[in-house]
Amino acid sequence: MNTTLSRRGFLAAAGAAAGAAAGAAVLARPSIARAQGAARLLVVGGGFGGASAARFARIAYPWLDVTLVEPQSRFVTCPYGNLVLAGERGMADITHSYDGLRARGVRVVHDWVEGIDPVAKSVRLRGGASLGYDRMILSPGIALRWGAIEGYDEAASQLLPHAWVPADGGQTALLRRQLEAMEDGGVVGIAIPGNPFRCPPGPYERISMIAQYLKRHKPKSKILALDAKDAFSKQALFQDGWKQLYGDMIEWVPLSKDGKVVRVDAATRTLETEFGAKHQVAVANIIPPQSAARIAISAGLADNSGWVPVNPRSFESRAAPGIHVVGDANNGAPMPKSGFVANNTAKQAVAAAAALLRGEAVPEAVYFNTCYSHVGDEYGISIVGVFRPTDTGIAEVPNSGGVSPRGDLPEQRRAEAAYADAWYASITADAWG
Amino acid sequence: MRRAALGLALALTLPTAAAAQAPLVAQGCLGCHGASGAGSAAIPGLSGRPAAELAAAMRAFAANERPGTIMGRIARGYTEAEITALAAHFAALPAGGSR
Ligand SMILES: Cc1cc2nc3c(=O)[nH]c(=O)nc-3n(C[C@H](O)[C@H](O)[C@H](O)COP(=O)(O)OP(=O)(O)OC[C@H]3O[C@@H](n4cnc5c(N)ncnc54)[C@H](O)[C@@H]3O)c2cc1C
Ligand code: HEC
Repeated sequence: MNTTLSRRGFLAAAGAAAGAAAGAAVLARPSIARAQGAARLLVVGGGFGGASAARFARIAYPWLDVTLVEPQSRFVTCPYGNLVLAGERGMADITHSYDGLRARGVRVVHDWVEGIDPVAKSVRLRGGASLGYDRMILSPGIALRWGAIEGYDEAASQLLPHAWVPADGGQTALLRRQLEAMEDGGVVGIAIPGNPFRCPPGPYERISMIAQYLKRHKPKSKILALDAKDAFSKQALFQDGWKQLYGDMIEWVPLSKDGKVVRVDAATRTLETEFGAKHQVAVANIIPPQSAARIAISAGLADNSGWVPVNPRSFESRAAPGIHVVGDANNGAPMPKSGFVANNTAKQAVAAAAALLRGEAVPEAVYFNTCYSHVGDEYGISIVGVFRPTDTGIAEVPNSGGVSPRGDLPEQRRAEAAYADAWYASITADAWG
Repeated sequence: MRRAALGLALALTLPTAAAAQAPLVAQGCLGCHGASGAGSAAIPGLSGRPAAELAAAMRAFAANERPGTIMGRIARGYTEAEITALAAHFAALPAGGSR
């Protein structure tokens, strides 16, 4: 099939069908008429949101010309990184190439976007080139707020890893090496931020997977989890599992019991809390407070909260029309900042962008999330949420979703651990496959 | 060439032809049931199965009348019209998956 002709065909058809003035204006732009004649969708960030957007765009809207800009040549997922810490998976198992997207006709550019001009509709790349677009999907993820915990900056993270933004996987590998090098009987300290942050159940799955490793290899060791909040996702299920599987290995200290870490000394691995308690630990994992990624902030898309306000149906930025912001960078509450939500909302954003390019109405939306967590070997739990846009924002569908049942249910836990593995295979194929 | 002409004709009569190929409501299912709906490891496939069977399963999950670890919590989030659309969508896909 002749792709160029087919794209032109769709575009001409869309132009003919578009009664709406907006659609006609967009289609009449010379930038679209030239070259292949296709509308240009620029996807920035090749993580869960961006890769899912690029793949879905090529499948569902083949008339779109799709370019993806992502600095890493391979993507290492945060999901299942906790199983790498436990020694249950290797880095290769959580690393994905962009060849699948290339094979689908996505132009993949390995570079950073340094600046966005939403009026001229172009971006500037670190390598010096500029790229124009008709609509942009921006899914750049999070930035760690260096200095929000005193003493915790990029240099400190080489001693006290965060392993919360995987980049080339170096942070996860570093934390794994430190756990392996630790002597039996050591204390692993984990600092956990307040809401909102990337992956609400993530720190607690991490506690679980580190406990699983320690129980097998260093059973006299302890985990001290210092939390800046008093409650967390799937809390009762996690705590049931911890007690059952790990006895008293894990101590979780909530905010109200002086759990909030405000200062660290990287050289001595000392974590200091709000009311002055100092905990010196053998290995420290610091998960600092977060904001939308730097590019979203420098482009003026984020508000004072540090996250990007968006239209709940199109994910178009409130500050910059034409830029659809998905994934962890937006303020999609009550949806969690998860890979599943990034994947799911990216598709809605692409559908919205495609509709707006053709002068059509943004389609109806329903958003979906599941976060599986591994608590131990053959022991999985989950939380489900189905969400819909409303006039004022986004709301969870009443009487749906929720967490796995509590109680002594070994078959449920075993099945959910296996289903979690199936989820990982499925969602990563739906993004990079 | 011929397909291009067909695409043109379809698009003219049916402006949302492309969207109809990928109903948005079904996208959430693909995160578990395989990127093409054909299943993923322990999670069963949906594509190519009779629509009536899929819709009946969804209704039974929602009513807590069919055992499962998670589908009850999921199915209760969708309307009756969406369940019908989901069932029709997966039934129309080739059983081995399309993508
Ligand atoms: C330990 C852990 C476990 C998790 N487990 C789960 C789980 O089980 N299930 C789940 O659903 N979610 C899980 N998550 C959450 C999930 O990782 C995130 O929600 C998801 O990655 C968000 O997708 P995103 O596209 O917003 O960001 P990312 O996936 O981080 O992708 C952002 C991409 O943008 C690129 N980028 C940034 N700036 C620029 C720029 N200026 N120019 C070009 N590219 C740029 C980055 O290089 C990066 O590749 C987990 C997270 C952690 C930390
Ligand atoms: C989080 C993962 C997940 C998602 C998302 C999901 N499912 Fe399922 N599905 C499962 C699991 C696991 C089962 C097995 C039953 C159980 O344990 O609940 C299942 C079973 C089913 C079955 C019964 C199949 C059989 O052969 O018994 C149907 C039908 C189904 N799902 C439809 C859907 C539809 C439609 C969607 C999207 C609206 C969806 N599922 C989304 C995990 C998921």
